[in-house]
Amino acid sequence: MNHSELDLTGMRCPVPIVKLNTAARGLAPGSILRARATDPAFELDVQAWCRRTGHELLQLGTDDGLVHATIQLKAG
Amino acid sequence: MATITPDPEAALHRELAALRARLDTLERHVSLQTNSRQADAGGLSLLVFSGELDRLMAAFTLASGAAACGMRVTMFFTFWGAAGLKKDGAQASDKTLIERMFGWMLPGGLHRRRLSRLDMAGIGRSLMSREMRLKQIPDLPALIAMAAESGVEINVCDMSMHLMGIRAEELIDYPGIRACGVAHFVDLAARSRTTLFI
Repeated sequence: MNHSELDLTGMRCPVPIVKLNTAARGLAPGSILRARATDPAFELDVQAWCRRTGHELLQLGTDDGLVHATIQLKAG
Repeated sequence: MATITPDPEAALHRELAALRARLDTLERHVSLQTNSRQADAGGLSLLVFSGELDRLMAAFTLASGAAACGMRVTMFFTFWGAAGLKKDGAQASDKTLIERMFGWMLPGGLHRRRLSRLDMAGIGRSLMSREMRLKQIPDLPALIAMAAESGVEINVCDMSMHLMGIRAEELIDYPGIRACGVAHFVDLAARSRTTLFI
């Protein structure tokens, strides 16, 4: 399985979501994408982004101001 | 003499097979509909009437965010919104006096856009742009570049451009930017799920 890391720290809305989407478009379907961000809005935004785009949010957590999200891109 | 008696079991089997076939068809239809609904994440139309910095920033933030969420986003700039998209530089030479006056009063350049509130002759604006820099919030040119990258479509009201003497070459450089009429926007809005007026 293809794993990718994406650093979105220091970016503010709407940059993290736009960059996340650009990264997702460049990856193979079914890949795992791990993103980390410092934007507090990202925690809710990444959930909404997954709902809208159909990708699966496998894991989400905030640790000391750092939001971690693990996403599996939808197949096909 | 043999009498033909209907076999109740065979009849039941036939009925069951017919029902199964209908169920299969229904399931296919439902799955097709669900898939097409998922594929069409809906569209967002923004009718941008204002040309102030804060309103333009809100419009472009919404546009890029929605496009990143898979929506087809179209923006329609009219009146002060159309003038807000003028780029820096000299006015076109083929203007009438009134058009030229409009040009002086509505100067080009994204850095000249005022705030709709608390602009205070530029003091509020420069305080805000300093805060934005410090807090790593994207400014208007960055937001516009992001919208372009995300495939946001920009349409500019042809009538507003004509009225204020704005020439196509005076508008910001943006991929696919074009002048259009109200029917084009109405068509786009009717096909999108959400339309916002800014």
